[in-house]
Amino acid sequence: MSDIPVTHILFVSTALFFIGMYGLFTRRNMITMLMAIELMLNSVNINFVAFNKYLYPDKLDGIFFTIFIITIAAAEAAVAIAIIINLYRSHNSIDVEDATELKY
Amino acid sequence: MGVLSVTTRKIFRSAIWLLFSLVGIASLYFWMDVQFIAAVQIVVYVGGIVVLIIFSIFLTQQSGKEMPKAPLVRTIAGALAVLFGFAFTYLLIDQYGFITIDQPFDNDVARIGKAMLNTNQGGYSLPFEVVSMLLLAAMVGCIVIALKTKPEEK
Repeated sequence: MSDIPVTHILFVSTALFFIGMYGLFTRRNMITMLMAIELMLNSVNINFVAFNKYLYPDKLDGIFFTIFIITIAAAEAAVAIAIIINLYRSHNSIDVEDATELKY
Repeated sequence: MGVLSVTTRKIFRSAIWLLFSLVGIASLYFWMDVQFIAAVQIVVYVGGIVVLIIFSIFLTQQSGKEMPKAPLVRTIAGALAVLFGFAFTYLLIDQYGFITIDQPFDNDVARIGKAMLNTNQGGYSLPFEVVSMLLLAAMVGCIVIALKTKPEEK
């Protein structure tokens, strides 16, 4: 098919992971933090599929891990958005700095 | 595109950039010949999660309003940490010699389905059941969270 080495795909996924990490560090809005987490999970999925394709082409383990990660990410996003909307109802804000009841 | 998604200050635009980067990842899967994962990616992420995120953005804030800028110290610290981490990881990837096997990658949907419901060695029946229980728990949890505040308000 093509002779692009596996390191190039790993480069893309590493870049995506650290972009998501930067978003998680700098943003304080809950929805944008959730989007950054989705980016990081996607980079992990790319890694699994790339390793499965290039290193162990006769097995299917990486694909199964990717499917389960996608499922868990969907469940996690649904629960997180329910929590965020509930927090918005009680606090009128979705900034993490404003939710400090449990801090002390 | 991912960079734009975490740096745009208008929240609605950052959701749209997230959508574009997810579509890009799906095209990467198509390029790697894993059509099933690409289809799942498009259906679940682009069709489900992004729509959910946009919905909650419309519910929780005024979409035209700009978000406040992050403090300069936090931006610099985050960028430094990310750059060092990226450089270190890329060095590690570059130095490590991966032994690739040049062989066609057989990932039929039939093969995936057979392995997923297989209870023998190498089958994924138990994780399948565990994930289905987790999805059920997440659904019940969402309903409980959404219902809880109603009696307290009145």
